[in-house]
Amino acid sequence: MKKFEDLQDVHIDVLTEIGNIGSGNASMALSAMIGCEVVISMPQVKFLSFQDAVEKNGSSEETVAAVLVRLNNEVEGMILLLVEREFASHILSAFYGEKSVDLASLNEDEVSALTEIGNIMSHSYINAISSLANMNIGAETPSFTVDMFGAIMSVPVIEFGEVGEKLMCIDKVIELDGVKMKSNMLLIPTVPSLEHMFDKLGIS
Amino acid sequence: MKISVGISDWKIAMPPDELITYALGSCVGICLYDSSKKIAGLSHIMLPDSANGDVGGKLNRMKFADTAIPDMLNQMISMGVMRGGIKARIAGGAVMFKTGSDRFNIGERNIVAVKAALQALRIPILAQDVGKDFGRTMIVDPNTGLVSIKSASKGQWTL
Repeated sequence: MKKFEDLQDVHIDVLTEIGNIGSGNASMALSAMIGCEVVISMPQVKFLSFQDAVEKNGSSEETVAAVLVRLNNEVEGMILLLVEREFASHILSAFYGEKSVDLASLNEDEVSALTEIGNIMSHSYINAISSLANMNIGAETPSFTVDMFGAIMSVPVIEFGEVGEKLMCIDKVIELDGVKMKSNMLLIPTVPSLEHMFDKLGIS
Repeated sequence: MKISVGISDWKIAMPPDELITYALGSCVGICLYDSSKKIAGLSHIMLPDSANGDVGGKLNRMKFADTAIPDMLNQMISMGVMRGGIKARIAGGAVMFKTGSDRFNIGERNIVAVKAALQALRIPILAQDVGKDFGRTMIVDPNTGLVSIKSASKGQWTL
């Protein structure tokens, strides 16, 4: 396997299952933290052109909050949690009471709360994959920003742009309390890490 | 009409059309402008250097600073632009996440490569808004050559 396009159906199935277990765990962690009903969809393994990766519903400019956790050791890549305004408001209301936040003017406490939630969800995700594939996966300190969707997605896109023309991610939509307050959690591994993961799982 | 320039893309326009590229993060947008002919080019590069940049034997020349800028310049020259009159305005190259890991400071590497490519072509930079930690949308008006920058939380301004 040299690039993402070489993946076969069996690989996609395995990645979907990894995404399912990982983000299922992450969603349970979120649910436990904020006491909300968290609905999770089946994850999708996506191969996106760079242009498609930086657009969401045809736009790159929507303001979102993002928590980035870089992975190291046996899996390199990143987990990226993208949170829309309503979703962030709902999470923060669990900590600070009813409120509607403006992502562009979050205070320090709100940034810390969202960063920590992203961090805990990422670790739950990583732990699930680590035990599934018996791998040692490390995570760096989380990093938070609020900006245009496209500018945030340019980070994984550029890193993958060095080795190909597509971005592969396992995308999972998370909904809170049955309301359409969507958040996306993306697992984006590098090509060598994917190969290693498949080796560990006995699929070559 | 607003002509949209995608990621790893460049386009050329004349009045009354405008050029726009959305949500530059660590990518850099390069506007080349000739005021006498009112022809503007806008390039949205992702990476600094095309060396070892081919994928399956194919090189996407619009992806890299060192190939996209000369290509766009040549296209403008073929449209009758005098190379000596071309000026540049550049924006982008942000550090979107502070991860404390130097190897990922691609924004800075992109800025350096864009400046080097422009210098090699002897194109002066009239204005720039580069680096820092936020995304930018870049809009070029070929009537004036001015570049508007839009950000998510810091407002809008002109280069």
